Amino acid sequence: MEQISILVAGDSAVTVEFGNCISPEINCRVTGFCESLKESRIKGVVEWVPTFRSVTVFYDPVRISFLKLSEKLQKLAGEMNVTRTGRKRVFYIPVCYEEEYGPDMCHVVEHTGLSRQTIIDLHSGRDYLIYMLGFLPGFAYLGGMDERLRTPRLASPRTRIEAGSVGIGDLQTGIYPLSSPGGWQLIGRTPVRPFDERRQKPILYDAGDYIRFVPISGREYREIEIPCNAGNYKCRIEEI
Amino acid sequence: MSGIRIRNGGALTTIQDRGRYGAMAMGFGPSGVMDYKAFRKANALLGNKENEAVLEATLLGPEIEFMEDNCFVLTGADMGATLNGEPVSRYQAVSAAKGSILKLGFAVCGVRAYIAFAGGIKVPEVMGSASTSRKYGLGGLEGRGLIPGDQLPFKCPKKKLRHMERRKITPPDFSGKEWEIRVILGLQSEYFTEEGIKTFFSTPYTVRSESDRMGYRMDGEPVACRETVDIISDGTVGGAIQIPADGKPIILMADRQTTGGYAKLGAVITSDLSLLAQAAPGKRIYFRQVPVEEAQRLLIEEDNRYKRLERRINRWL
Repeated sequence: MEQISILVAGDSAVTVEFGNCISPEINCRVTGFCESLKESRIKGVVEWVPTFRSVTVFYDPVRISFLKLSEKLQKLAGEMNVTRTGRKRVFYIPVCYEEEYGPDMCHVVEHTGLSRQTIIDLHSGRDYLIYMLGFLPGFAYLGGMDERLRTPRLASPRTRIEAGSVGIGDLQTGIYPLSSPGGWQLIGRTPVRPFDERRQKPILYDAGDYIRFVPISGREYREIEIPCNAGNYKCRIEEI
Repeated sequence: MSGIRIRNGGALTTIQDRGRYGAMAMGFGPSGVMDYKAFRKANALLGNKENEAVLEATLLGPEIEFMEDNCFVLTGADMGATLNGEPVSRYQAVSAAKGSILKLGFAVCGVRAYIAFAGGIKVPEVMGSASTSRKYGLGGLEGRGLIPGDQLPFKCPKKKLRHMERRKITPPDFSGKEWEIRVILGLQSEYFTEEGIKTFFSTPYTVRSESDRMGYRMDGEPVACRETVDIISDGTVGGAIQIPADGKPIILMADRQTTGGYAKLGAVITSDLSLLAQAAPGKRIYFRQVPVEEAQRLLIEEDNRYKRLERRINRWL
């Protein structure tokens, strides 16, 4: 078994760390650990936050002490099944890469020296692993963008970015789940709402799932936008 | 018309409960009251449910009109509150007749005042909580601070409560130029030099005016790191002490992000986080290191005290 560390995170949480780098293997252990944690129903555990290479576990110290919980988590990590189950869940996210929705596409063209079409092909032609959710509700940290698309963030961040905007920030790519300030280069937008508080599950996907961007036209965008805004759009999901 | 009507929202008055828990894995910071102790005591004195939503006022309090009779309790900061022009005591149940005006002024001691109403206010819950998150635009009243004209209905108002005069506890002391705040070392403390950690625990820090519900920013001797303070983003906790590159600590509060990329030296203990939330800009803070076991013992003792108070009050129901 690989070494894990349990870090004290104040008096009501601990962080279980599986390594110190960003890799799908380590992240897979994070996902696996969360599954074990869910099944274990340890008394006093309130919730947990999976990240790139660790899981922060929140607990009620009135019900379980730091020492007791650490022992249980150590044991859980030792016993967990880290082999991939082989199933992966892919969310197909329609994205319109047209000028109207991707105002910074020209910067990315200029910086990368690639054609607009090549950028769209590279960006939409693969599955991105959701390493973690954070920063904003439903903001997915995605891994695996093609290095050729690497483009630095804007020198001066925008004060407002529309929800659904798809951007590139250095080696990362992602979707803004709600309108917020931000500094990424915007190359497109999805009508899909990753965060919709009306849904029974307000955030569309979980850490450990995959996202694939599907290019659509402006006309398709406006068509899909209607059920998305009404809250009854069904995103295509594939389990492989 | 029933409940209360806001005549003036003050600097920032929001609806809060304990916070929105269970959704952090999806990226939702918990929000919720900043001074949990004041919140819990206010509800206890009224015999309310432990997690009944209250109003949290900041620095300059609101002016509220009672549209029907009800009892209320003020806790937290002293904002020189008056009811129809007469001073009102804090940490004590008070009854207000229909048409009464409750007015809170500038905080003379502490930063955040809480107003709890007997039976609670009717607020739709979003994902299990009534807490306002202005950042996400949800919870409370339309995810925003209260403004003139807003109305909040009561759930089941009480004209009088039994033993009004005994529903009273001693207010905490928010005076004093210097406060001690206890901290558990941990998380990425190895990112800082021994000297840096010594600096943190031995020199005073002052609360900066940019401090808010997201984070408390501190001024003082910079905390020296070894090589870098950039980490692979990981989970944050309430009270986490982030040290950015300039070495000036930022303590994460109720409206924090769920993940962060700065190294964390440790975390303020839960028992002292309520006190920190009452520290006004300019307050001098000394940090003292305590082991996690001590912090947990304090929490258990505190929990027992709340339960005793709640049992005492609920016997009169």
